[in-house]
Amino acid sequence: MTKTAAIVGSGNIGTDLMFKLMRRSTELTPTHMIGVDPASDGLARAAKLGLTTSAGGVDWLLAQDTLPDFVFEATSAKAHAINAPRYREAGITAIDLTPAAVGPYLCPVVNLDSLEAVDNVNMITCGGQATTPIVAAVSRIVPVDYAEIVASIASRSAGPGTRANVDEFTETTASALEAVGGAKRGKAIIIINPVDPPMIMRNTVYCTIPPEAAEAGAVQDSIRESIETMVSAVQEYVPGYGLRVEPQFEAARADWNGQGRVGVWLEVRGAGDYLPEYAGNLDIITAAAVKTGDLLASKLTFDSAQEARA
Amino acid sequence: MSDTSPSLAVRITDTTLRDGSHAVSHTFTVPQVRDVVRALDDAGVEVIEVTHGDGLGGSSFNYGFSLTPELELVAAAVDEAKNAKIAVLILPGLGTLTDLDAARDAGASIARIATHATEADISIEHFAHARKLGMETVGFLMLSHRVEPDALAAQARIMADAGCQCVYVVDSAGALILEQVSDRVEALVSELGDDAQVGFHGHQNISFGVANSVLAARAGARQIDGTLMGLGAGAGNSPTEVLAVAFDRLGITTGLDVQGVMAAADEVARPIITRMPIMDRPSIMQGYAGVYSSFLIHAERAAERYGVPAWRILEEAGRAGYVGGQEDMLVDVAVRLAKG
Repeated sequence: MTKTAAIVGSGNIGTDLMFKLMRRSTELTPTHMIGVDPASDGLARAAKLGLTTSAGGVDWLLAQDTLPDFVFEATSAKAHAINAPRYREAGITAIDLTPAAVGPYLCPVVNLDSLEAVDNVNMITCGGQATTPIVAAVSRIVPVDYAEIVASIASRSAGPGTRANVDEFTETTASALEAVGGAKRGKAIIIINPVDPPMIMRNTVYCTIPPEAAEAGAVQDSIRESIETMVSAVQEYVPGYGLRVEPQFEAARADWNGQGRVGVWLEVRGAGDYLPEYAGNLDIITAAAVKTGDLLASKLTFDSAQEARA
Repeated sequence: MSDTSPSLAVRITDTTLRDGSHAVSHTFTVPQVRDVVRALDDAGVEVIEVTHGDGLGGSSFNYGFSLTPELELVAAAVDEAKNAKIAVLILPGLGTLTDLDAARDAGASIARIATHATEADISIEHFAHARKLGMETVGFLMLSHRVEPDALAAQARIMADAGCQCVYVVDSAGALILEQVSDRVEALVSELGDDAQVGFHGHQNISFGVANSVLAARAGARQIDGTLMGLGAGAGNSPTEVLAVAFDRLGITTGLDVQGVMAAADEVARPIITRMPIMDRPSIMQGYAGVYSSFLIHAERAAERYGVPAWRILEEAGRAGYVGGQEDMLVDVAVRLAKG
């Protein structure tokens, strides 16, 4: 039996999440859509699709007789900071798509298995979901002293939350390059491009690598293979994720502290579930959240089956 | 609206030590900064900008690492300047409020906050923060050629409402020509009124930097940027010493010692310039195709590595509509061009 999930936040992200849960999730069934604006398009669509909807916020949700197993938080960092302890008290697993980072950063293909407490996990940022897998793919082969990413997103896909606080994006992503990607030091840059038709989300990842890895040979081949394997793993839940060009290796330089460099150029085309294809930045975080939900749900099912047997 | 009265006055900001940083691949040293600041200060330049070419936090793989940490350069400039104020540039999305705090601590007193010409709303918190720190504020609408005057004025309004005291029409691609500048400056002056001043930052990619600056001043711009010997991204900036001469001859007050600025260019800047910006095929293409000037050296490096002409990479970058900061795209463009 699948687990139940509520979506809190009926904006673009919440609505896209609902479609993804309905169409793509194997372990979760969306049962509730919670907003604060009764006129929101997301609530109307959810009601039409048979979800229980309310504009009464989290207070309403937690007052119900039957609570969901999971909640996807697509509100704001401030709201999630307040809601998180209430979900925990109610025994609901929270998958947080805001920058609140109450729980640990999570990229489902990188660090799910290494987390101990998973009752609240944070989905980092769109750029973090796109780039931490690549840094992790490199750092599992060679030490990465420094990783730097440049995320370029279409102006029309940059919501008011991102615009009001771009530092939140750069700082959160940079620390996830370290905590999740495994780089000793991370730096993140975001560019908002207004070109029309809108550009598809792009990410460039640069990692320092030891000088010998920058030269052709076995180590370099291992890095290349590791990146390819990782890209395939992400493609399982973000089919439009891929390399624009093959990884570019550059020889060690004095102004790079004697290190070499590998550069990876990514494109993230969204699935177009609710948001347009160019908004790969929004798509990758909702897709990662659904993937995370599926993995956690099957883990919970497995654990309880083990307990029942014992 | 054009004003040719002799009472016209502008304040010159010299950005040799910021925009010029691109042309020397961010290798300025403390002694060089001290020499340039001393010469500019002695010549009456009131504002001197010192930062990595891409602003605070620009030291990176994507834009090039600084030889000397920029805050050391800022602190040295602050220490050297007797009268001039030291400005720093910051691009939201790259530099952070923490970087701004550090620049303030190093003694910078003017924050110049830059966004693409259509994305002013990402700078709102930065203006608020800079004002809270007691800094004078300037807003940069980069690649101003990409939008029409009215749309640009609407973006200027967002900056002014956020606490910006002077909004610049920034011709980052050196693509604007004459009336295209004065129309934009007039639109901003009319929108902002007494709420904020208007400025102009020109490049020489198709040789209009100084002429555009004159038209900007006549259209009501009160702050104008230049660099010594035009040292800067692309084909370089409006040369400060030429602006000084031109404004002097036109009776536009700058407060500069014209001979002193010429001496600063010739005796202090010239010896430290490793590569004089010129109008050549790649930089002219930047003006023609409307490409962010600091892409130049990155395009040249990609051209060398992948065996495709720099002007072709830049032409393609213009076609794709890349904006300031997307230097990473040039490798992608070059690799694809090389494959044919």
